[in-house]
Amino acid sequence: MAEQSYTEQEFKVVGSRVRRPDGVDKVTGRARYGADAFAPGQLVGRILRSPHAHAKIKKIDISRAEKMKGVKAVITCDDLPDLTGGRGPNFDILVNCMARGTALYHGHAVAAVAAVDEPTARKALKAIKVEYKALPHVTDVDAAMAEDAPIVQPGVEHDGKPSNIVNVSQFGHGDVDAGFAEADVIIEKSYRTEQTHQGYIEPHACLASVGPDGDGELWVTTQGHFTFRNVCAQLLGMDIAKLKVTSSEIGGGFGGKTHVWMEPVALALSRKANRPVKLVMGRDEVFMGSGPTCSTSMDVKIGAKRDGTITAGQATLRYQDGPFPGPWGMLGAMTSWACYDLPNVQAVAYDVLVNRPKVAAYRAPSAPMAAFAVESTMDLVAAEIGMDPVDFRLQNVAKEGSKAAYGPTYGPIGIEATLRAVKNHPHMKAKLGKNQGRGMACGFWFNFGGQTCTDLNIGVDGTVNLTMGTVDVGGARASMSLIAAEELGIPYEKVKCNVGDTSSLGHNDTTEGSRGTFSSGMATIFAARAAIDVLKARAALMWEIDVDDIEWKDGAAHAKGIEHSNLAPLTLAEIAKKSPQTGGPIAGHNEVVADGAGVSFASHICDVEVDPETGKTKILRYTVVQDAGKAIHPDYVEGQFQGAAAQGIGWALNEEYVYGEDGRLQNPSFLDYRIPVCSDLPFIDTEILEIPNPNHPYGIRGVGETSIVPPLAAIAGAVSNAVGVRLDHTPMSPPRVLKAIREANGR
Amino acid sequence: MRYEAPSSSKEAAKLLASAKGKAVVLAGGTDLLVRMKSGAVEPDLIVDIKRIGATQEIKKSGNGFKIGAGVSGARLGKHRALKKAWPGVVEATNLIGSDQIQGRCTMAGNLCNASPAADSVPAMVAANAKANVVGPGGRRTVAVEKIPTGPGKTSLKKGEIIESITLPAKAPRSGDAYLRFIPRTEMDIAVVSAGVNLTLDSKGVVKKARVALGAVAPTVLLVEDAAKAIVGTKLDDDALAALAAACEAACRPIDDMRGTIEFRTEVAGVLARRAALTAYERAGGKK
Repeated sequence: MAEQSYTEQEFKVVGSRVRRPDGVDKVTGRARYGADAFAPGQLVGRILRSPHAHAKIKKIDISRAEKMKGVKAVITCDDLPDLTGGRGPNFDILVNCMARGTALYHGHAVAAVAAVDEPTARKALKAIKVEYKALPHVTDVDAAMAEDAPIVQPGVEHDGKPSNIVNVSQFGHGDVDAGFAEADVIIEKSYRTEQTHQGYIEPHACLASVGPDGDGELWVTTQGHFTFRNVCAQLLGMDIAKLKVTSSEIGGGFGGKTHVWMEPVALALSRKANRPVKLVMGRDEVFMGSGPTCSTSMDVKIGAKRDGTITAGQATLRYQDGPFPGPWGMLGAMTSWACYDLPNVQAVAYDVLVNRPKVAAYRAPSAPMAAFAVESTMDLVAAEIGMDPVDFRLQNVAKEGSKAAYGPTYGPIGIEATLRAVKNHPHMKAKLGKNQGRGMACGFWFNFGGQTCTDLNIGVDGTVNLTMGTVDVGGARASMSLIAAEELGIPYEKVKCNVGDTSSLGHNDTTEGSRGTFSSGMATIFAARAAIDVLKARAALMWEIDVDDIEWKDGAAHAKGIEHSNLAPLTLAEIAKKSPQTGGPIAGHNEVVADGAGVSFASHICDVEVDPETGKTKILRYTVVQDAGKAIHPDYVEGQFQGAAAQGIGWALNEEYVYGEDGRLQNPSFLDYRIPVCSDLPFIDTEILEIPNPNHPYGIRGVGETSIVPPLAAIAGAVSNAVGVRLDHTPMSPPRVLKAIREANGR
Repeated sequence: MRYEAPSSSKEAAKLLASAKGKAVVLAGGTDLLVRMKSGAVEPDLIVDIKRIGATQEIKKSGNGFKIGAGVSGARLGKHRALKKAWPGVVEATNLIGSDQIQGRCTMAGNLCNASPAADSVPAMVAANAKANVVGPGGRRTVAVEKIPTGPGKTSLKKGEIIESITLPAKAPRSGDAYLRFIPRTEMDIAVVSAGVNLTLDSKGVVKKARVALGAVAPTVLLVEDAAKAIVGTKLDDDALAALAAACEAACRPIDDMRGTIEFRTEVAGVLARRAALTAYERAGGKK
């Protein structure tokens, strides 16, 4: 589509740092999040979860709970009959939200209640008697791939035998054996990353209401209410049009709220109780019952000539998916080598089932781990051949026209520009003190587009309502308002953007893959242009001239040509005021499959200081350089860079799921699952590069994810340089770092 | 569930002694309310001791400071004389939780929660603090280290409450310090901790020492061998090494999600050394 392509232009409001539209509500507490909905007669829902890592459910006796005063519904999987045909992603969602015969992990839901209040609901859970037969379990990815591992899902086969290996993906080109044969230096190393959670502050929460006629409503904190609607409607046997889903304000998602975890349970409870049911997860449930990202085990091998040319790269990646198959290993393999132009390259990934929670997307899902392994090995090769790590990367960097290991040939991309910015950054030249070290690393993310539908309505006072269907997880309302204001030529303050519910717009794909600003931005531009066509037609009526004689600029219709020089421009507000007499409401609409998302790259620099006696790492300084394509609202873009880096820092240093021998999660709380607190972080410096995406009218790429990719490797490099020993296992927690120091010193 | 807020310790003791079912004491509530919310404890009786006058006072006398069981961390942190006399104890208490928690949490509550990782307890033990206990049988004074008997367990008898904690008068040329190890910078729980209290002679030689370790055993440990290792020294490198070795030898930690046995053991020695140096400096010692 020609109109999708990038046109260079001077922006008037896009790129300015206007006040965020949701700010006042959020700081005053007026904003309504998932748990802030209320309906008359609503009940409190609660979920009973498996204490076992893996167990046969022999019997569930709900009779005592059902008879309790104040208990209005008790459900098991029998109340969620399988309408999916017993296979596929929606079947996995069904099995995950309520166990069917087997508890697959510690925290797997087995039953649920709806009661008049919280204490009654708690008591009712205790009154449900579940008879389990414990089964052998496996939580470690390497152990799950071993010959004699307990099988998580019967029916999964690999090489003709029962296995936990559920997918094998391979990408690459050239001949890696020949490439390694040409190399002067070959470095091969193994890495591990532990499982981390997105750590959004707002827990999963919803209010479900299904009436006696079978029609339903769902208020929910989600990144994708249209997807939630479609999934829930299928699982509950409802018509899509008869389930209205409204997305609440969202207190963080980072991929974790792209997935349906408990909403079908709330709907089933409501259907059975014939009352609205509010279901809010506790923090322990968020950790146990909603998807973290994978833990991994990885081997990377890089061969290079002494002059710094890489001759071959090979990666073997083992990603655990929890008990259900996902695309996670595949995404790791696809992203692993994306920063470099390599003649011979291969990435093989295994998706492996274990008895842990179902894995969900986490900000650039799967890319940070693969980058940790590849970028760490890049550092080792650079050191071995005595080359500066930035120069070594620059020598092998992917450029426009490079064939990526995952298939495509790149258009204009920003990796080289981010590396040059890093090379010239004052941070790179700053002096380091005792016990301090510096690291740097690169990262890549695809970014996505997808189905999008947007409405723009102009009020009689000349203000504009923009209704978008992608959830605002990172400033979309501000960005869309800027874009609409830019196109219409009116002030930002004249645009009010809302996220529409599922009954108000056509389908919108979930806000994931950094697609929100790219795709809703495109739909907003086209909707505004459609509205401008209407505005021009109305001006033509008002002036009684031909519409072809009218052009739209600076927020007004201008009559072209000397014969109309007596006509003063008609502003948007003037045309809107007359709209009841000129044909009624003025609106623009657009539905689009936004193709051509632009890939994005980042390079980071990190300084740390490590206490050699305790192994504790302090982040001293951190710099993010990333290509945004076009930064619509620079504050938000910088916020995304900083937030992504902060999450990467937590992942690198302290965050991890700790499992006991019994297969139970030991630390489902923010006390012992340690995300960084404010005082753990320095102010994170940012540098926005703008290399336009040729497939978007404004050049927009996604910005939200890429910067969580480099931190693991950048920090590993910094810590390793500070202590003099290479760290190859995240999190680099104090016990792990102290042990590495002790072992390096032969103690 | 019954809630009572008596105005005297005697009355509180009576309520607790005659209670049927699970009875709990509410001071700041920063442990209790969280545990109730999570369902970990479902009390039948809550006795709130904050309306008892004696629990709200900080009294300074020739015998030291008597600190009421309801005095919050924030109030301790604002008490100049107390901070000057026992900076280690005040700093330890002020490490508990966040600013919001500091507005409510108490030293006595921290002690009775009986966590081996409690921040204020090693500092109190090093300071030789005493708990003033009121019960159905009257009053008694108990060394702080004798209160916790294991994780979540205390030596208090049914009906007994701690009304206040006494910190002794500060000896001349003495100083205390507390350090904990956490992977973050705040809002965390000690993986291992050390409290040290030193008294020097006029030449800067350590005359008396008390060294306490947290989170390395089921209760906070008072490590007498560690004290012996530094008494008679000016904390030279050998003395500090002996101190660390004595601390390591005393550790009986567990492996858990917060730290390994080897990590806790090694870092216990490191923290004791560092805390001893701070205490030494506070006591007026020159290195």
